[in-house]
Amino acid sequence: MFSASPWLTRLLLWLIPLTFLGLFFFYPFARIIALTFNLSTLTAENLQLAFSVLRFTFFQALLSTLLTLIIGLPSAYLFARFDFRGKPLLRALTAVPFMLPTVVVAAAFNSLLGPRGWMNLLLQVSNYQLPITNLQSPISNLQFQGTLPAILIAHVFYNTTIVIRIVGNALSRLDPRLDHAARTLGADGWRTWWHVTLPLLKPSLLASSLLVFLFDFTSFGVILLLGGPSFSTLEVEIYIQAVKRLNLSLAALLSLIQLLCTLIFSILYTRIVSRNTTQIAPRSAGSNVRKPRGLREFIFVFAFCILLSAFFLFPLLALPLRSTTRLEADRGQRGEVQYGLTTDYYTELFINRRGSVFYVPPIQATLNSLGYAITTVFISLLLGFPAAFALNKPTRLERLLDPLLMLPLGASAVTLGLGFLVAFPRLLAQPFLVPLAHTLIALPFVIRTLQPALASIPDRLRHAAASLGASPFQVWKNVDWPILSHATLSAATFAFTVSLGEFGAAILLTRPEYPTIPVAISRFLSQPGGLNYGQAMAMATILLVITTLGILLIEKLRLPGAGEF
Amino acid sequence: MLNVSNITKSYEGQPLLKGISFTLDHGETICLLGPSGSGKSTLLRIIAGLESPESGQVSFNDIDLTSTPPHLRDFGLVFQDYALFPHLSIFDNVAFGLKMQKVSLAEIGLRVAALLEQVGLTGFEHRKVTDLSGGEQQRVALARALAPHPRLLMFDEPLGALDRTLKEDLLNELRAILHRTNVPAIYVTHDQEEAFAIADRILILHEGQIVCEGSPADVTANPCSAWTAKFLGLGNVISGLKVEGSKVKTDYGVFTVECAQKHSKGENAHLLVRPREVGNEANVIKGKVADVLFQKDGFKVTLENGLYFYLKSAPKIGDEIAVHVAVECLS
Repeated sequence: MFSASPWLTRLLLWLIPLTFLGLFFFYPFARIIALTFNLSTLTAENLQLAFSVLRFTFFQALLSTLLTLIIGLPSAYLFARFDFRGKPLLRALTAVPFMLPTVVVAAAFNSLLGPRGWMNLLLQVSNYQLPITNLQSPISNLQFQGTLPAILIAHVFYNTTIVIRIVGNALSRLDPRLDHAARTLGADGWRTWWHVTLPLLKPSLLASSLLVFLFDFTSFGVILLLGGPSFSTLEVEIYIQAVKRLNLSLAALLSLIQLLCTLIFSILYTRIVSRNTTQIAPRSAGSNVRKPRGLREFIFVFAFCILLSAFFLFPLLALPLRSTTRLEADRGQRGEVQYGLTTDYYTELFINRRGSVFYVPPIQATLNSLGYAITTVFISLLLGFPAAFALNKPTRLERLLDPLLMLPLGASAVTLGLGFLVAFPRLLAQPFLVPLAHTLIALPFVIRTLQPALASIPDRLRHAAASLGASPFQVWKNVDWPILSHATLSAATFAFTVSLGEFGAAILLTRPEYPTIPVAISRFLSQPGGLNYGQAMAMATILLVITTLGILLIEKLRLPGAGEF
Repeated sequence: MLNVSNITKSYEGQPLLKGISFTLDHGETICLLGPSGSGKSTLLRIIAGLESPESGQVSFNDIDLTSTPPHLRDFGLVFQDYALFPHLSIFDNVAFGLKMQKVSLAEIGLRVAALLEQVGLTGFEHRKVTDLSGGEQQRVALARALAPHPRLLMFDEPLGALDRTLKEDLLNELRAILHRTNVPAIYVTHDQEEAFAIADRILILHEGQIVCEGSPADVTANPCSAWTAKFLGLGNVISGLKVEGSKVKTDYGVFTVECAQKHSKGENAHLLVRPREVGNEANVIKGKVADVLFQKDGFKVTLENGLYFYLKSAPKIGDEIAVHVAVECLS
């Protein structure tokens, strides 16, 4: 395939992605470290703040993880052991939130449980008659937004699928005869569970808990948008210090703490996963799946199906419905508007009102986001292809370089954004910083999608084609491309949806005149008034639809057998 | 001791067991022999209490166990793929049942050591299950099942995954251990050689019913049906019409069969043509040799009419031969 000196080619292949990483990841990162170890940063006051933020971050992550396990473990059992109608659909439904942008999830819960959401509407209706003039009535108002439960519920919504997948897979792979062996050896149901099932599930329990904890620990959008100002985790505090207080050095210190924690958890996780090989006779999954038997099992399956459908479906339905329903007048419009179904919130997106949140019509945010997303796709493919080629049949040295390419995964989006703020203060007016940050986030996934596809093409296939008279170009066109095109499209869609929904880096780097969709949604949500709220719902719905289409496309293109965390 | 009566069970709407009854005496080893899918394993699991029958009863020493959970039955079960606990050491696997019985640690140590010696695995205590070969794993599984002194031992195709020589060795050891401990045992297999080697009594299972029962010698001498004779590979099963007296007319010639007198004239009769040549038999089968296959102690000769025989010397393909054979009737 490469005619010139193989060494030179390989060097060139590596040079492209590594230069990019050096310039946009390692250099900003070095600047963050330099700022942190500035003597003026390490004051007692700063350290105290860092400590209390760290404590809350741990606390909420731990609580979220526990709640996720409480919902996730019975669900894993449900999916691993029972067969019932609509199971694939329910399983897919539980997996949807994981891929959704945080702003969409925040907006969805807002539309269901927020001050202007459906639940409060119901409570109001039970007290007053329509039309509702004041949704923020103090009577029987459900206080959800700005509370700890809001954060926790959104985290559970996000991460339950991790427990279902990891623990559920382990459960369905468990050999039922081990259970039977224990029973015939005199263990009752409880002791069988304690001495056999639980120890065998331990690695998957640990791995999924740790992964959920890691996601909860680094969560940003949910906490900022649903938790409100009184809850500050490391991520949120980095944003507040960097953007609101302009205290970059304290933000840098927090970033470093955050990175260290993430690093420790990731190492723990990798160690657990690599030790997770105690099973002797691997079984085809599904062999111990059956229909529920007896009243107790039937009630369990029924109750959990209802619970899961409601929990996952309500927020996802509330959002689009709320974006097309007018429930209250706008400011200064009292009494003059129609209530009920409306497309106003969507048409309003095209109008640049004076005194609105932005200097441009809000729909511009959609165009900006699309532009950023397309740029991200191009850059990440441009960098991802050489890296994937270089990693295909790597030498020992190159194997060592592989984790280097994955490193940006460990840094949070907010930290990446902060790195850019610190490293390129003069370029901040430029809109191209956002797609560069998004490329850093998307690149590891792009490489991990392209490389297996590339590796899946055996040389024999190319040799066979060549021996049948195909020229090198024809070989590429007829053998490589058909296989690679799927992976490329899948990687591109991934980069696209990541960029479209990304919030943490964008909110640090976006200029007011170039808002992205998530940034616009967060601005709308933070403004008073029914119109702003409605527009937030409308934009979040647009994002929800585009992202869902992206997920569907990726699922369709997925290589058989590839994937799973 | 064990009394199984009238067990029925269906699987996905199809009847799998249609009224199985048998008894098992102290120190006796019986073998449930049948092709795969005949419901043997399900029957074992019902006896073990891991599944419940739709109707019927399992009792031991005249005590009904049908609704007793498996851990209170005191029946040991050895599985085909051993089902050793992968997270426990060899010692802890064998000790599992004793720990469930709350036996003291000191006694557990002694008993496990004795059991491992019995199955020839002394010194393996702290090895991992995954480090053992298939044969070694099956020995551990046997020791584990024996440890809590079960009042009945059950084997579900225990040697299915092992190679032939290992199988023979293990069968011999197993027979010795069963003889020594005097535990009644039920052995499930689809392999008749295993069944003949281990069983005092064989029950042949076909389409959810016990179609034949007896000692290995009985079953071989008097296969209960044409199906059983074919399944056990006892010889050529052919059918013909009773002509008169003890004569039966078949596609392969007219044979004189003593027991044919039971049949009335013109009735259809199944015959078993034993494949060993017997010099003083009156019945003769003639035919052209189609195939000759060398086997350990002779030759398997197949004729063009499809019948086969075991002969001491090899004819040439295409030769016309005549073989004196025993012909018996099958019900």
